[in-house]
Amino acid sequence: MEQLNDAGPSGVIAQLGQMLEDALSDNYIFTATTLWHYWEGLVTTVQLVCLALLIGLILAVPLAIMRGSRRRWVKMPVYLYTYVFRGTPLLIQLYLIYYGVVFFDGFDISLGVTSVHVPSIQETWLWDYFRDPFVPALLAFVLNTAAYTTEIFHGAIQSTPKGEMEAARAYGMSRGKMMRRIILPSAFRRALPAYGNEVIFMLHASAICSVVTLLDLTGAARDIYARFYAPFEAFMFVAAIYLCLTFTIIAIFRQLEKRVLAHLKPLS
Amino acid sequence: MKQFATRTLLGLTLGLSSFAITTSAAQAADVPDPLRLGIDVPYAPFGYKLPSGELTGFEIELGNAICAQLATHCKWTEQDFDGIIPGLMARKYDVIMSALTINPERERQVLFSEPYFTPPSGWFVKADSPLAGADTLDAEALAGKVIGVQRGNLQDHYVTDLYGRTAEVRRYTKLDDLVLDMDSGRVDVAFLDLPVGQDTLVNANDGNFVNTGSAISEPKKYFGDGFGIAMKKRDRDLKKAIDGALEALKADGTLKRLNDKYFVSAATASDNHQ
Amino acid sequence: MIDLQGYGPSLLEGAWVTVQLAVLAQLLAIALGLLTATAKMSRSTPLRWLATLYTTIIRGVPDIVLMLLLFFGGQIGINMVTDWLYDSYDIDVFVNVDEFTAGVVTIGFIFGAYMGETFRGAFMAVDAGQIEAGRAYGMNDWKVFKRIRFPLMMRHALPGLGNNWMVLLKTTALVSVIGLVDMVRVASEAAKATHEPFTFLLPVAAGYLLIATVSEWGLARLKKRYNAGFGEASAWNN
Repeated sequence: MEQLNDAGPSGVIAQLGQMLEDALSDNYIFTATTLWHYWEGLVTTVQLVCLALLIGLILAVPLAIMRGSRRRWVKMPVYLYTYVFRGTPLLIQLYLIYYGVVFFDGFDISLGVTSVHVPSIQETWLWDYFRDPFVPALLAFVLNTAAYTTEIFHGAIQSTPKGEMEAARAYGMSRGKMMRRIILPSAFRRALPAYGNEVIFMLHASAICSVVTLLDLTGAARDIYARFYAPFEAFMFVAAIYLCLTFTIIAIFRQLEKRVLAHLKPLS
Repeated sequence: MKQFATRTLLGLTLGLSSFAITTSAAQAADVPDPLRLGIDVPYAPFGYKLPSGELTGFEIELGNAICAQLATHCKWTEQDFDGIIPGLMARKYDVIMSALTINPERERQVLFSEPYFTPPSGWFVKADSPLAGADTLDAEALAGKVIGVQRGNLQDHYVTDLYGRTAEVRRYTKLDDLVLDMDSGRVDVAFLDLPVGQDTLVNANDGNFVNTGSAISEPKKYFGDGFGIAMKKRDRDLKKAIDGALEALKADGTLKRLNDKYFVSAATASDNHQ
Repeated sequence: MIDLQGYGPSLLEGAWVTVQLAVLAQLLAIALGLLTATAKMSRSTPLRWLATLYTTIIRGVPDIVLMLLLFFGGQIGINMVTDWLYDSYDIDVFVNVDEFTAGVVTIGFIFGAYMGETFRGAFMAVDAGQIEAGRAYGMNDWKVFKRIRFPLMMRHALPGLGNNWMVLLKTTALVSVIGLVDMVRVASEAAKATHEPFTFLLPVAAGYLLIATVSEWGLARLKKRYNAGFGEASAWNN
């Protein structure tokens, strides 16, 4: 190895680059091919997590409002949904959605003169999407995160300070307007720390999708391990990537909290 | 409750209670009793479980016969294929007998017995697939298709190296996961040991699946020299003993009998090796 | 009702494995959590640093990756140690860490970090005045801990402990991935063999819900006990 005694930052960078190149070609595990494999896994993980969180978030807002409704027939189904999806392991939810849909054979219901054919999923347009493991995994994750997020928002909405609601009513706001302009923004702010945890949880949960052959970061690590029997290299590398991703999320949320919850901090 | 108490003890001493140090003055005995064998199941017809939970199959019976020859008892340990060699290294079992092909890459890490079976690999597709009936399957035919393999075996390496960029390779931890996805149509073509594909896909599914293309057994870099029993590199005496047992079983016709029982037609070892 | 096609007994056995796994892992997690909390509050910097490293890694890496790393890496580690022992000292060591132990250790290790945070917050929430009073009565450190700190701390720790238990319970499903024959493994193997995923996976899901419901009931009772003597119950969101 050359000594890093070359003057100037460009010299140092050139030598670091050389070291990296040597390391990549000497090393039989972290070759360009395997790094590319990891990259594909990373892309899939990020896509899966971002999409699941986004769709789950959009679904959770109306569900949280329904969860807080006074009418039993509105809030009970939502409560049942969140209870089941938070009370059972994500792995089972994933297995059910991945395997469940494909073993449903098409059948015919006869209605006297005619018969209606209920198709199996392979016969419909849905199959183009469900064939790939990405869509079933995404569906499972969306349902899961929507359940947790609904409960987070429900808690935040329920803990809206009474004063805010009374002021809104004093202004003559209708319930819809009150929800839109006062309760929800206030609730989102309060929910931020808990939602940050949920985002991290989703990132970690995404690693489970490797069991249904989706090539995410963990799936890439398992392939590399199986190829080279090097568990430490394969899994520690991936662990490091997850650590970086987690810290990025924590940093983002810390910034968001600073700005959004500034009004709740002590004055000095 | 007794079981719970036992497990609690185990858990609380954090694995210390699972150490059993056997110091030996001389080298380890030639053939341990019981002989622990690692195998990945299901992998019909080599090894699979009956509904009762009992293990059976070509390798199970052959392994039991070898143990009988060596006057020892066989103890079979199940292990997923992608961790089967590390399991041997970690001394979970003494040998591996799990359709493990002898090839240069593996010979770097483990010691193999003489081969006891030499199958080619074959492509399997659904009977109505456009690929059915093809003479050979090349990169062009496979481009964009979903190829299913079991993770970590030679078919995985072969397909990844040759078609990894042009086709989509899906790796399964267990064979029956692959069979399931073949069944549901998620995987277009599976690349398996020929007898295994015959048994689990073609024979088991009433003509839903067919073998297509030509059977492949080259290059040797991947396809090596047939299945061998793997053990740690320092177990040379054990290798001698096992080779001796295999010879004896060949001589007295046991190997042929098992071949005929499990493989009616496919390429068999008794023809291929001396 | 549902035809379990002969897999019923195996499913129940698997359920028992799951419960044992969860309970043992939780006990280990509590032990590790108490240690971590103590380390984090200690005056020794290396101890604090070690504890922070531990919690950071756990919170930054997915459970399943840690499980695979510890299980497969553990095997290679054992190989290196046993090979070295054999080459240097001619000792033939036979170590067999089974999947159950690996599962307990991994899950306990993971949740120990979360419990550490919970206990730390709970310890800090104990009123200093109570501890001073205890000392004034001449109690030694251990007595103070046993009679004052621990019971008061538990009141604050219970919500966190309850959450921890709920999440741990669901995480036990992951050990089926490293090969442990628990409820989920039996159900998925049965589902694959019979092509009937709903028949087996739904009862398992119901099993988890059942254990969760029973746990919540038990936790509510524990809360009542540890909150005795205090006015409003501490917040236990949904």
